[in-house]
Amino acid sequence: MAGLLTIHPEVLLGFYRDMLLIRRFEERAGQLYGMGLIGGFCHLYIGQEAVVVGMQAALEPGDQVITGYRDHGHMLACGMEANGVMAELTGRVGGYSRGKGGSMHMFSREKQFFGGHGIVGAQVSLGTGLAFANQYRGDNRVCLAYFGDGAANQGQVYESFNMASLWKLPVIYIVENNQYAMGTSVKRSSSETHLHKRGGSFNIIGEEVDGMDVVAVRDAGLRAVAKARAGGGPTLLEMKTYRYRGHSMSDPAKYRTREEVDAVKEKSDPLEMLRKRLMDGAIADEAALKEIDREVREIVAESARFAQESPEPPESELFAHIYSEA
Amino acid sequence: MAIDILMPALSPTMEEGNLAKWLVKEGDSITAGQVIAEIETDKATMEVEAVDEGVLEAVLVPAGAQGVRVNTPIARIASANGAAAAPTPPARAAAPPPPAVIAAAAPVALASAAMVKTTVRDALRDAMAEEMRRDANVFLIGEEVAEYQGAYKVSRGLLEEFGARRVVDTPITEHGFAGLGVGAAMAGLRPIVEFMTFNFAMQAIDHLINSAAKTLYMSGGQITCPIVFRGPNGAASRVGAQHSQDYSSWYAHVPGLKVLAPYDAADAKGLLKSAIRDPNPIIFLEHEMLYGESFDVPDGVDWLVPIGKALIRRPGRDVTLVAHSRMVGVALKAAVALAEEGIEAEVVDLRSLRPLDSATVVESVKRTNRLITVEEGWGPMGVGAEIVARVCAEAFDWLDAPPTRIHQIDAPLAYAANLERLALPQMDHVIQAARAACGR
Repeated sequence: MAGLLTIHPEVLLGFYRDMLLIRRFEERAGQLYGMGLIGGFCHLYIGQEAVVVGMQAALEPGDQVITGYRDHGHMLACGMEANGVMAELTGRVGGYSRGKGGSMHMFSREKQFFGGHGIVGAQVSLGTGLAFANQYRGDNRVCLAYFGDGAANQGQVYESFNMASLWKLPVIYIVENNQYAMGTSVKRSSSETHLHKRGGSFNIIGEEVDGMDVVAVRDAGLRAVAKARAGGGPTLLEMKTYRYRGHSMSDPAKYRTREEVDAVKEKSDPLEMLRKRLMDGAIADEAALKEIDREVREIVAESARFAQESPEPPESELFAHIYSEA
Repeated sequence: MAIDILMPALSPTMEEGNLAKWLVKEGDSITAGQVIAEIETDKATMEVEAVDEGVLEAVLVPAGAQGVRVNTPIARIASANGAAAAPTPPARAAAPPPPAVIAAAAPVALASAAMVKTTVRDALRDAMAEEMRRDANVFLIGEEVAEYQGAYKVSRGLLEEFGARRVVDTPITEHGFAGLGVGAAMAGLRPIVEFMTFNFAMQAIDHLINSAAKTLYMSGGQITCPIVFRGPNGAASRVGAQHSQDYSSWYAHVPGLKVLAPYDAADAKGLLKSAIRDPNPIIFLEHEMLYGESFDVPDGVDWLVPIGKALIRRPGRDVTLVAHSRMVGVALKAAVALAEEGIEAEVVDLRSLRPLDSATVVESVKRTNRLITVEEGWGPMGVGAEIVARVCAEAFDWLDAPPTRIHQIDAPLAYAANLERLALPQMDHVIQAARAACGR
């Protein structure tokens, strides 16, 4: 595991806690979906937890994050409350968007999380704009713009790469390559399957990262963020990762075998890898990890309770926030 | 045999220009392809090349001459071989028709403000410059807005005053820079995104609607998007179907957007300044054919026109003509002609399509009892259809005649001059509809 010796044990334990929170949260979200409490589209992040937790550790307060529709993990990693995220999933007024956004459209200006976007690839242009604003103001902030291997074939991604590199914008592009865009594998959709090479025509340095190793992710993130903050422009990080669940809740799962999924869970589960390191390195014992587990289960149980008890938005919300009066 | 060299047109909409400089003098021998003069318009400068060989016999228009009409002879060549030669063709076969004389009602202005004749083009520039001086978060971004001074010269001088940080040339990448602008607005800046024309905004329309218009709502009020998308909209002159589309009804359909379409220079300036200060995404539809037209603009005041208020540009008792953008000029011209026949038409300039000032239209129809809408776009599902529906709902009992919609014919716009003219709404269409509505 990369960089383990240079990382404080407390930080590693924090990673474990944050990754576990995402996993337990997503499992509960899947459960609530099955109960009919969550509607519409719901894309779970299970398997990819190390990516957002590692990258978030590379940021400073005030830095921005933007992503696509598989966004629950990003929000929790940004420090948004589990209650508000889960209540948005159930379409309740206690949700981050007062029940009007849903799974794919949540935001927190306080935590500098700019969505949550349902149009594949749109967040890449928008994130480039957030970085443009940082440069315009000279505030030394950076923006993380996440997208998937599917979005990597959208034209606006490359329009954004071009401008960001041309103007040396402080943006980190993170392609979360979970190997399937809905049901289409990278091999079936991409003429260049090494997605970190996709910035080459724009003079954007790309790096392939083991997205299942939270410390490797953090280390790559720190390098890219430092470069962006120093005025060196964008970096493209390809996170090799895997989603355990379907694309969304309704997924026929005919495009890959159960054996393939099980093999990843068995050999390279990000949580298990970290857990083993914590134990092997004597950073935490069974009891300490159990305590983290208990704390996380409480947070998730509370979020599920809140998400069911929070009322539906009042009818007055129908016409609220169409226009800003400010 | 002498050959006349005619004043060429530099663009489809050019009607006159200045003869900046002669590069040859009388008595000089000229070869075909030689650059002999420089001409300029308010938009561009261009070299004139000789088409024929011979000796420059006479300069007919001196250097420095202003306002030289297209197709005016500017010099005469004595042909080298002495053979009969056809006159040198101008860059374009026929000059555009002379500009219509439009009797525009004066805009509602501060009584104390002095008026200055200003082109719509310069009024838009002045609006941006004033708002950029006022708010450091306002910046202009788009294709050719900086060093080229704007494809239609709307941003002339802004780079010099505000520098490359705030006047940003982009690659040709509408989808990308529209999204970038929306992201910058979400972060709290106030971008003005120029589309060279709104035809190209089709590449970017996802960000205008899905990202800009909906995010405030989808975020439960957290993420505002104060941004102006502006540029010419609608048919220019002889540029074909892909460059001649009117997007008024497309954008006016979408909650979360505000859609403005000014006619004269005072509204262009006052509405654009209001748009830049507004905390919402604004679609600001300009018209290339109006850029060069001059109107009175209040001077020396912070001139703001409120969004969502229509303007009665000409009062009348017999029929209400509702229009926006360039069609306001057509309606006003029709109203002048109708007055000579004893029909007093009231001309309502919508100015803002969303929010739409239904009340002003409805009140007008209650006075005139007749309604004709005039728009440059296609009729089906259009602005006129919306106006007619609202009037029928709110003033049905006041109508003495079925409302009539004047609009572009239901076909892509043709390039041929005659077909283009047949396709677009003309003054005569308005006059005929008004006569019919009034039973004449």
